[in-house]
Amino acid sequence: MRVKSLALLLLLASLSGCSSIEPWVKPYERAHLADPIMEFDRNPVSSSYLHHVYDAREGARGAGIASGGGCGCN
Amino acid sequence: MRAKGPAGRVLPLVVVVAVTEGDVRLAIALREQGRHKKRVKLRLLLAAVVMSVQSLPSLAAVLAEDRADLLYHSYEGGGAEISGPSLLIRKKFSENVSASFNHYVDHVSSASIDVVTTASPYTEEREENSLKLEFLNDKILFNIGVTQSSESDYDATTYSLGFSQDMFGDLTTLSMGFSQGDNEVGRNGDAAFAEDADWRSYRVGVTQVLTRNLVSALSYEAISDEGFLNNPYRSVRYVDPTVARGYSFQAEVYPNTRTSNAFALRAKYYLAHRAALHVGYRYFDDSWGIKADTFELGYTWPYSSDWTFEFSFRDYGQSRADFYSDLFAFANAQNFLARDKELSSFTSRTLGIGASYALQAQDSRFFDRFSLNLNLDTIDFVYEDFRDLTLNAPPGSEPLYRFDATVIRFFISAWF
Repeated sequence: MRVKSLALLLLLASLSGCSSIEPWVKPYERAHLADPIMEFDRNPVSSSYLHHVYDAREGARGAGIASGGGCGCN
Repeated sequence: MRAKGPAGRVLPLVVVVAVTEGDVRLAIALREQGRHKKRVKLRLLLAAVVMSVQSLPSLAAVLAEDRADLLYHSYEGGGAEISGPSLLIRKKFSENVSASFNHYVDHVSSASIDVVTTASPYTEEREENSLKLEFLNDKILFNIGVTQSSESDYDATTYSLGFSQDMFGDLTTLSMGFSQGDNEVGRNGDAAFAEDADWRSYRVGVTQVLTRNLVSALSYEAISDEGFLNNPYRSVRYVDPTVARGYSFQAEVYPNTRTSNAFALRAKYYLAHRAALHVGYRYFDDSWGIKADTFELGYTWPYSSDWTFEFSFRDYGQSRADFYSDLFAFANAQNFLARDKELSSFTSRTLGIGASYALQAQDSRFFDRFSLNLNLDTIDFVYEDFRDLTLNAPPGSEPLYRFDATVIRFFISAWF
């Protein structure tokens, strides 16, 4: 019982720890990050196509910026 | 910056900023310190305006902007020409729901090395339609989608779902996703041929803001396949002393399962003169024995408020599958046989340039702004154990194959 209580206490402490993490980059410091040139996938339809070009001709697949579809067997 | 009313009337933009509990505490703490009070207020106001005008789709839980893209794509290389249009429309129906639709067409005309040496040149068309819905609930973005692709000898249906959640003061975004593909493989000229090939994909990713100028993304994807995984037209060759040219062909035989893992780490860095540097690395391996490394380097440079230029370099290299050989010693040399050049050892290097021109919509009832975009990429494929059979030489001593491909993407984007 005591072990369970201790575990519960630790769990609650860890949860409260998570919620109290303060952002080290403040909201008003994110202007550069919000610039559209900083997007990983700025033009989805275009990057999706190039992703498909590679998928159809290379053995590797997955973990790309964009995801495509189709058989890729051309 | 303008917003449109129900009757197309231009309204002043209403600035709405989502302020988290952490942000409020931070602001109060700063104010209580009584230092730099005016400067802090000014910076908070500036941040509010910046955050509202420039959305942060990859970092914060907001629905993507309403947008339409019309793309013309063209691939030419190695005897294959593939081109066609792609149309993407993305529209919010409320602050919490958006939908996107993509229609994509490939016109294929192929006389590639595989086709020339073992079959006949062909033309065909592939059409793909996909629908995706996104739901925003507080800091969690859910998505669900379906894609249908069809061509004369291949039908593919893909279902996907996923979510992403912002956490830790919106510096971290966790995303997870699952897709399932149900494919039906046919063979032109052989109505009796019908096979299934199904796959599942499991994805997890973390996007992390590291500094005010640096953001990183770590992602992992596992894909498992089951069914008929060959290309039904391709053959392997084996040494055959009974024929004049010294070799013959037989059908490929692949395993009917495949499992792969891909890990990727990418980062974007904001340079002082307003430009962005992109670096990325992906490691890949699979149960067929293929290992691959991919390096990416990119530079995005807004020359002015109208023009943005892009430069990119990509280096890819893979090792061959365990059951690949350019020339087997005899017929049925092993239980699995492949001579698909995509399963051979090779490298590919891509150099890309792009230009984008932004236009503000003048007196348009429907659109806010446009952009015209042109991207040109050249890819150099160099094979290490796939030989060019169009050139006569004793079997196994033909020159190694290589080819260049040119990829053109021209598209118009409109935000509304």
